[in-house]
Amino acid sequence: MACASEVLCMDKFSVYAARLVEKGEYFASGHRACQGCAEALAVRLVMKALGRDTIVAMATGCMEIISSPLPTTAWEVPWIHVAFENASAVITGCESGMKAMMRKGKLPPKKINFVAMGGDGATADIGMGQLSGALERGHDFIYVCLDNEAYMNTGIQRSSATPWGASTTTSPAGKRSKGQQTQKKDLPKIAIAHNIPYVATACPSFPFDLMEKVKKAAAIEGPAYLHILSVCPTGWRIPSEEAIKYGRLAVNTCVFPLYECEYGKYRMTYKPDPILPVREYIQGQGRFRHLTDEDIEVIQKRTTEEYEKLLKLCEMD
Amino acid sequence: MTRERRGIEVSLAIAEAVGQADCDVIAAYPITPQTHIVEHLAEMVANGQLDAEFVPVESEHSAMSVCCGAAAVGARTFTSTSAQGLALMAEIFFIASAMRLPVVMALANRSLSAPLSIWNDHTDTMMVRDGGWIHVFVENGQEAYDHVFWAFRVAEDPVVRLPVAINIDGFILTHMIEPIEFEDDDLVKRYIPEYRMEKPLHPDKPVSMGCFAMPELYTEAQMAREKALVNSYSTCLKGWEEWAALTGRRYHPIETYRADDADYCIVTMGSLGETAMAAVDELREQGEKVGAIKIRLWRPFPFDDFYKAAEGKETLIVLDRAISFGGPGGPVALEIRSALYRRPQAPAVVNYVAGLASRDVRVEDFKAIILEGKAKATAGHTAGYTLYGVRE
Ligand SMILES: Cc1ncc(C[n+]2csc(CCOP(=O)(O)OP(=O)(O)O)c2C)c(N)n1
Ligand code: SF4
Ligand SMILES: [Mg+2]
Repeated sequence: MACASEVLCMDKFSVYAARLVEKGEYFASGHRACQGCAEALAVRLVMKALGRDTIVAMATGCMEIISSPLPTTAWEVPWIHVAFENASAVITGCESGMKAMMRKGKLPPKKINFVAMGGDGATADIGMGQLSGALERGHDFIYVCLDNEAYMNTGIQRSSATPWGASTTTSPAGKRSKGQQTQKKDLPKIAIAHNIPYVATACPSFPFDLMEKVKKAAAIEGPAYLHILSVCPTGWRIPSEEAIKYGRLAVNTCVFPLYECEYGKYRMTYKPDPILPVREYIQGQGRFRHLTDEDIEVIQKRTTEEYEKLLKLCEMD
Repeated sequence: MTRERRGIEVSLAIAEAVGQADCDVIAAYPITPQTHIVEHLAEMVANGQLDAEFVPVESEHSAMSVCCGAAAVGARTFTSTSAQGLALMAEIFFIASAMRLPVVMALANRSLSAPLSIWNDHTDTMMVRDGGWIHVFVENGQEAYDHVFWAFRVAEDPVVRLPVAINIDGFILTHMIEPIEFEDDDLVKRYIPEYRMEKPLHPDKPVSMGCFAMPELYTEAQMAREKALVNSYSTCLKGWEEWAALTGRRYHPIETYRADDADYCIVTMGSLGETAMAAVDELREQGEKVGAIKIRLWRPFPFDDFYKAAEGKETLIVLDRAISFGGPGGPVALEIRSALYRRPQAPAVVNYVAGLASRDVRVEDFKAIILEGKAKATAGHTAGYTLYGVRE
């Protein structure tokens, strides 16, 4: 990583930082994402890090819809979409097919990154079994979960990755409800439980950290899982120019810690200093508008506990 | 050229054929009565007899999804399933044909639940009748073996590029031990040369597959799909002709037995055709002018071949092995009734549903169905259908 406190660097030298990023674009501009969509930014950064020799299988969802309206495409690399729940199975088909054909001399050998991408709905809910199957079978691929914490493509419905207290169209806040009643499913931990070589969390507000992790995932043989918090201004009900800010806040409040787990060894890749109160993250988001001070306190407590647990895991050698 | 005749379980012969076809990727999930096919393939890969990736997926939905991914990079791809497995993969079944991915499937036909039944009928395949695949039905083990090669050949033909389902009656065929003539690998290679997809997913020449369409393009996409399936007919024929030239075994979209001078015919699809022929022989001895019509190619439906077979017949007694609940009869009879509607001198169509969940349809049953059907037609009772042998 470029410097110890990337937030500060980014604030001071955003133009300088841009020069460090690969120039190649494999997820082209002109797609139909909402203004300020950090999920689209996540995809763009992932693709920059991966480069041309990549095949992408994508799940149904925002990124698929905004990037592929016939007869146009935003994809500069081979890309396939089949359905909502099966990106991990589709990419393992691509990987198996190429592996067999290269081994049998039907295709010239080439190192290719096989990448599946899906939203939190595609990953945590409907495609969980298929992801688990693909991870367990040990295919050489990267799964990228683009977590914007709800089913955005179909109109902001809750997923099992929606955080407690968020109001969505199927977990609406009301007289008798504080919005989402359950805690966010811990997908990276589920991935780690498959004993795969590499698991990491990332956020496009920390682009160097993100791209570094993508490159690591690509270099490692076997399955890798990347969980990317992707701020969605539309669904989170924040101004479109504030997606990057909220990504930073999520990380700096420890709501979404940046860490990696390489062959079972945890490492925090960025430690916020100072740790900001979660209130700063929660406050401005329309999806949390209904929460009371006590509710925010509950979130604060849990966030601190979870972060400390994670730190302990990182300390273990 | 060496040709070997071997007594072998039909499932194993199918797997051997997939091996001879030099398949690259096999993705499947176990379900009775398909299991022996995949088990044998796994064994062949494990023994080094077949150089392929065997992907032991966690569900049939994934099996079809893996097949889609593999076919998209240009690999020769095979799967096999039955009933509940087919139902679970149905979503992707439809997408595979829409995306023109030439997957080959051995569909060991079995009853759909509930009640749970592992036995044979056509309720599973009828569920995906409109899935845009080429559907062929086989009657015995030799036909099952032969049609593996035919299926790859047709599916991968650049003008077709559609998935093919080989419908094989579960147990009745899959678990039989039959004498089968194995062709040698050179002959197979000549018949299905190495597959080269024109525009596979590959970083050297990026393409996007599975884009979404607004209403102004959806209709055209469906038309393109329909045309591809209808036009595949000539490739199906060519595939059979060349197979006949190489092996002497000849197949047709519609096959008939003692039908030329028949006044009425029993119409079947799948393995019961062989019992129907035996019934025809016995009835002929009694002086009945009866014949049999067997549908081999179900999709694309070979209308002209069927008209030719049905020409001059007074009555067709159609045997279905599935019910279209709440509708006017079994799916095959529906097809035939609508095909014949308002054609001059069209035969009357009487419909029976029988043999659900492998309930035996013996020669005597066929004889009873044929004679009763003929009487019904004479009396003008041709509407609806009869569920043969049901206890009420
Ligand atoms: C089997 C199936 N069920 C439901 C849908 C409808 N659907 C399409 S995208 C989507 C939600 C996508 O949510 P997520 O995976 O979080 O991606 P996002 O749009 O938020 O990026 C749903 C419910 C579908 N396409 N297929
Ligand atoms: S709804 Fe959200 S995730 Fe979807 S395109 Fe818009 S901003 Fe991006
Ligand atoms: Mg989402």
